[in-house]
Amino acid sequence: MSNAVAIADARANRVGHQLYAGRARAILERSLIALRSSTWVPVATGFVEPVLYLLAFGYGMGELIGNVTLGDKTIDYTVFIAPGLLATSAMNGAIYDSTWNVFFKLNESKLYQGMLATPLGPLDVALGEIIWALFRGLSYAIAFLAITAPLGLVPGVSAVLAIPAAVFIAFGFASFGMAITSYFKTYQQMGMINIVLLPLFLFSGSLYPISVYPDWLEFLIQLMPSWHGIELVRDVWFGNFDSGTLLHIFYFLVMIICGLYFTTRRLRDLFMR
Amino acid sequence: MSEALISARGLTKRYGDFTAVDAIDFDVAKGESFGLLGPNGAGKSTTMRIIAATSQRTSGTITILGRDPEEHGPQIRAHLGVVPQQDNLDTELTVTENLFIYGRYFGLGKRFIRTKIEELLEFAQLEEKRDVKVDALSGGMKRRLTIARALVSEPDILMLDEPTTGLDPQARHILWDRLFRLKELGVTLVITTHFMDEAEQLCDRLVVMDKGKIMAEGSPLELIKTYSTKEVLEVRFGSDRNKEIAPTLRAMCSRMEELPDRILMYVEDGEALLEEILNKKLHPTTSLVRRSSLEDVFLRLTGRTLIE
Repeated sequence: MSNAVAIADARANRVGHQLYAGRARAILERSLIALRSSTWVPVATGFVEPVLYLLAFGYGMGELIGNVTLGDKTIDYTVFIAPGLLATSAMNGAIYDSTWNVFFKLNESKLYQGMLATPLGPLDVALGEIIWALFRGLSYAIAFLAITAPLGLVPGVSAVLAIPAAVFIAFGFASFGMAITSYFKTYQQMGMINIVLLPLFLFSGSLYPISVYPDWLEFLIQLMPSWHGIELVRDVWFGNFDSGTLLHIFYFLVMIICGLYFTTRRLRDLFMR
Repeated sequence: MSEALISARGLTKRYGDFTAVDAIDFDVAKGESFGLLGPNGAGKSTTMRIIAATSQRTSGTITILGRDPEEHGPQIRAHLGVVPQQDNLDTELTVTENLFIYGRYFGLGKRFIRTKIEELLEFAQLEEKRDVKVDALSGGMKRRLTIARALVSEPDILMLDEPTTGLDPQARHILWDRLFRLKELGVTLVITTHFMDEAEQLCDRLVVMDKGKIMAEGSPLELIKTYSTKEVLEVRFGSDRNKEIAPTLRAMCSRMEELPDRILMYVEDGEALLEEILNKKLHPTTSLVRRSSLEDVFLRLTGRTLIE
């Protein structure tokens, strides 16, 4: 009996062993090997983007705007947008890896098909790919904090919590992004993702408080994941923890679970039915 | 027959109204090289996917090493090496990285895989390409790498779906040689093909499939013996005269097939028949006497040629 058989047999009686072989790690390992020889351009642009926004809006337009009222505090406009931009870059990073990259592996290189011909299950693939996508969110968050701290844009120590917060929302976006991508078949459908994303981020309160909107629009924006993500990072950035913070966390928990569920189901239906 | 590794009874797969695999029975013994022969769309690949525990049957039973793939998918996949019809190598990785990570998917240890890689590179004759990205390999090399990759987990059964489709003759022969070597080492092979020569070269036993059903089963030699004559005389008179002469010819042999471009006459002694035809002053533009092949078996069973 080969090693491979012994390894698979050891899990034969576990619940869900058809879906999960406990080796999402192997998928991460694959991404790490691929990263060594991949191009760094998209990674770099994702990181530079929020910094450019910070310069243009914060230090450019911020001069005209001055201060913003947030709750009972009045803060400098540049300080106001910094956490919003951090959240946006984490989400963008997660989405890039979980949509276009996943689409390629699903439809062009048939990579998942190859993975699922081994004892791996669809949940291994989904988890591995999604966790990889949130690593990008993590690295953007750390880099952004490292740049904004010396500029005096970080109000307090609690802002360090923006890093786990960014990872958390990246997790939500990555699992949701992969789930949606797994249902898409054509490049036209994929193009839709970009069309939806840009306004979602521009109008979800990263650059100004959404209280400027009429009530119905404000309500609509409050349903969007981008708003919850931006607000969550802003809460921890300024140390404003309240029931709203819990609601944002809950929102992303649901998003993560739904994303994982539908991705796993779809991979199983595509390659194992 | 010794212990059956794979055993299917009434195996059926439907997609909506379409029946891809229609109540087939077969057994594959340990160490055997078993072939599924048939044209595109005969249900071969679907059968392969059911064996590989990556597709679920609609009805019937199947066991692989005594287990049901519906309950023990991951455990069965651990026993198998799969070579799909279309290469799905990891194009972002090099040759060795492909082998390495595939071993990791099975949960194998890094040290074990590294030793194994050297062995596999030699087997696949890819030592000089070890650090090359997959995209830079030729079609034959990619196929050999896909086979090497399937062997990294030391499988009991190697599943090959159309292993040489799309390869040039030289690359095919190299690949056949490699597969023959595996056969000698006692690896059980399950092969689908629509090439007769491939089936004759590689398979100890095969089933002929058409439209989801098994039409016949046996060794290549048995099938030829049962369903064809020893020799075949192929004659051409030009497309106009073929029709005119056909009735005369039909009376001269036990069985005849009229193809669009030529007439096949099934006899024990082809040369003697050709002489008879020439004596009757029917001058074919070309003539060829050959031994019967699986192509003739397929034609007999289905009334169609394999590659249309």
